[in-house]
Amino acid sequence: MITAERKPMGEIMESIDGCGRILLVGCNECVTVCAAGGRKEVALLASALQMASMKKGRVLDVREMTLERQCDPEYVEELAPHIGQVDAVLSMACGCGVQEIARRFKTTRVFPALNTKFMGASEGPGIWAERCQGCGDCLLGITGGICPIARCAKRLMNGPCGGSSNGRCEISDDVDCAWHLIWERMKELGIEDRYEDVISAKDWRAGRGGGPRRIVREDLE
Amino acid sequence: MEPFEPTIVAFCCHYCAYTAADMAGSMRLTYPPNVKIIRVPCSGKVDAIHIMKALEKGADGVLVAGCLEGDCHFKNGNVKALQRVTYLKRFLEEIGIEPERVQMVTMSAGMGIRFAKIATEFTEKTRELGPSPVKAGDRMEPCAKAS
Repeated sequence: MITAERKPMGEIMESIDGCGRILLVGCNECVTVCAAGGRKEVALLASALQMASMKKGRVLDVREMTLERQCDPEYVEELAPHIGQVDAVLSMACGCGVQEIARRFKTTRVFPALNTKFMGASEGPGIWAERCQGCGDCLLGITGGICPIARCAKRLMNGPCGGSSNGRCEISDDVDCAWHLIWERMKELGIEDRYEDVISAKDWRAGRGGGPRRIVREDLE
Repeated sequence: MEPFEPTIVAFCCHYCAYTAADMAGSMRLTYPPNVKIIRVPCSGKVDAIHIMKALEKGADGVLVAGCLEGDCHFKNGNVKALQRVTYLKRFLEEIGIEPERVQMVTMSAGMGIRFAKIATEFTEKTRELGPSPVKAGDRMEPCAKAS
């Protein structure tokens, strides 16, 4: 999933300063799962914004909506009846959702309430960790199901660097050495012999190196 | 000007604090009438939004009262409640509201005396903090006109 975290309240309040009515829009997908921008978080932020305004002796009209998906035009369209009644939209979706609203409603200001972080997985209640960088040319089949691009600080393709110590990365004791994990996993799978297979230079054009990407499926158009 | 009397909302777990409040009554102990009790099936049922809404709607302080650690009827609802209260206190600080206005407390069903003591002390502490800054909204004006 795409993970995100709420922006500091000061930054959010500054962005909507001067607005009397805002539409606070959550998303039922990834940001709901990572507890950053679902229905619950929308209610909490609405209440916080309300209180912050009341503290200054003012009323802020906060309208709450949570869309099924903010990154799909079909769902974003549901905002159309409300958009003319507000000064701005505060989006609690990932950057994709914010941009989709901005694309659809050209004359309405849209502000992000979240910082979009990474594509990750849940490691336990309240913990999410980066797992994929969307490089466009997946290597997991030859690295034991552990991604050296997302999980190695240096994105090394052929074994660990000298900073690997007791299975940990030199950047932090909290970070596993991806290549240590790969080696351990290969041992478990009984394919240690493949560890020394050299991975050739990666073509980064399949990832962000090739500029913004699109997928076009003609059969679905 | 009338002296300030705080409004305290206390979310009390059915299995401990609520019964403790009842016990305080049975023991003829007095505690401030400022404390408005809301019975919940477990302190773990109290979500951050419940506390926020209480404050937004005019509470000057909120107590979340659960079972003693290790005694939760639902295993660890009280621990989860404490985590939520801790998180919420930081959130309140971000919007300039004193985190001391929210407090998590624990007790057993037999601790009527403790309930009365906590209710009295928390009311006193909240009285010292003064009216919730959110109440400035009593003389509110719209932020700005919608364009």
